[in-house]
Amino acid sequence: MNDLRSAFLWLNDPLNWTGPSGVFSLAGEHLAMTVVAVLLATLVALPLGVLLGHGAHAPGTTHSGRARRSAGPGAGATTVVIANVSRALPTFALLTIFATTGLGFGNRPTVLAAAIFALPVILANAYAGIVEVDADVRDAARGMGLSGRRVLLGVELPLAMPLIATGLRSATVQVVATIPLAALVGGGGLGRIVVEGFGTQRYGQVIAGGFLVAVLCLLVEGVLAAGQRLVTPPQMRVTAAARREST
Amino acid sequence: MVTSDAPANPWLSWSYVQDNAPEILRYLGQHTSLSAQAVVIALLVAVPLAALAHTWPRLSGLVLGTTGVLYTIPSLALFAVVYPFLRDRRTTVLVGLVLYALLLVVRNTLVGLRGVDPDVRDAARGLGYGRWRLLLTVELPNALPSVITGVRLASVSTVALMTVGVVIGYGGLGQLMFRGFASGYRAQIMTATILCLLLGLAFDLVVSLVGRLVTPWARTKAAR
Repeated sequence: MNDLRSAFLWLNDPLNWTGPSGVFSLAGEHLAMTVVAVLLATLVALPLGVLLGHGAHAPGTTHSGRARRSAGPGAGATTVVIANVSRALPTFALLTIFATTGLGFGNRPTVLAAAIFALPVILANAYAGIVEVDADVRDAARGMGLSGRRVLLGVELPLAMPLIATGLRSATVQVVATIPLAALVGGGGLGRIVVEGFGTQRYGQVIAGGFLVAVLCLLVEGVLAAGQRLVTPPQMRVTAAARREST
Repeated sequence: MVTSDAPANPWLSWSYVQDNAPEILRYLGQHTSLSAQAVVIALLVAVPLAALAHTWPRLSGLVLGTTGVLYTIPSLALFAVVYPFLRDRRTTVLVGLVLYALLLVVRNTLVGLRGVDPDVRDAARGLGYGRWRLLLTVELPNALPSVITGVRLASVSTVALMTVGVVIGYGGLGQLMFRGFASGYRAQIMTATILCLLLGLAFDLVVSLVGRLVTPWARTKAAR
């Protein structure tokens, strides 16, 4: 209980919030790293997933979660393999490997590692989103004389948007949750408070840091969820249940 | 930075493995036993939880929501908040791992239970099965393949997640990675990483084999 009190005291001390290593600047750094990592992952994964999905044209492909694991050969199988391997590879391993190579200490290896772990989430959702577009709709568009490119841009992409957005959202939250590990290899972000607290055995600070990291994650999740809801037309909103299955 | 007379620092080194076998095995053992415990506990908690949520649909939002929020909280933060209370490294990591594995198993179990063929359910009801008998003898066995998928996912990610336990000094193979990082010794990091991957694979394999054993009827269907 003593630790809880000192955690409260730590959070209540304005000096811990301001300044170059205060909560605000660490949170800013945390978010900046998140943005870079998600952007990097999106740049690679989104076009790849969309093109793989467009090329698959798999008739009668099944629904979300289970589909990705039991999907047919080719493109589907590739995304499955990528997703599974990335699940088995510890982020921390990648972090230490990057930090030990020429990439140096600190934020850069973390951003890279986080981006690599965000990749399969975005890829799998973009792929599933495109593949799951109703085959009849696709055929109708083709029958109306649309070229493959226009089918992709005008029909498949808009219809796949809810799943793509879900993927981006899950990936972002995952990255926010991964960035704290940066502190273990000398990087910044809110994880610093926790790791520093452990180093100095000030468990009040550890609790405060953990609390702040958790709050930031839930905050980002909430904001993104609200934003996604705002920009999705009502008819296209993925229900909560479907979203859970697809992430 | 690298001078010509610096000692070689390869990523893979068999002599490192040979010289440090006892230590590597100790961490591997730690990693294996704790991950296995976490998955088993998560399974024992998650299946009844999902069954409850399935039986009383009003609970399912609460159960999925709570486990979902827990899943959103970063492992580092969770370990950080739990450790000062428990003051035991092993238990803290175990609690964290169980909480993360819970969501995967609960979600898959629920999907499986909901996916049971309505005709099958109706047939059982027609035979006079009560709610609990229906759940235990018809729905749960039917949901088993989905449960097993959840356990496979959970076991693989648990093995990977445990390395984060390094923040409180109980990360199994993560401990080796961290020491390798701290001293810049590549072979140590790489050995631990490969062992971690292999361990995850082994878990996946064991769970799917057990899954095959407990669902003999699934084998008669054509392999998808």
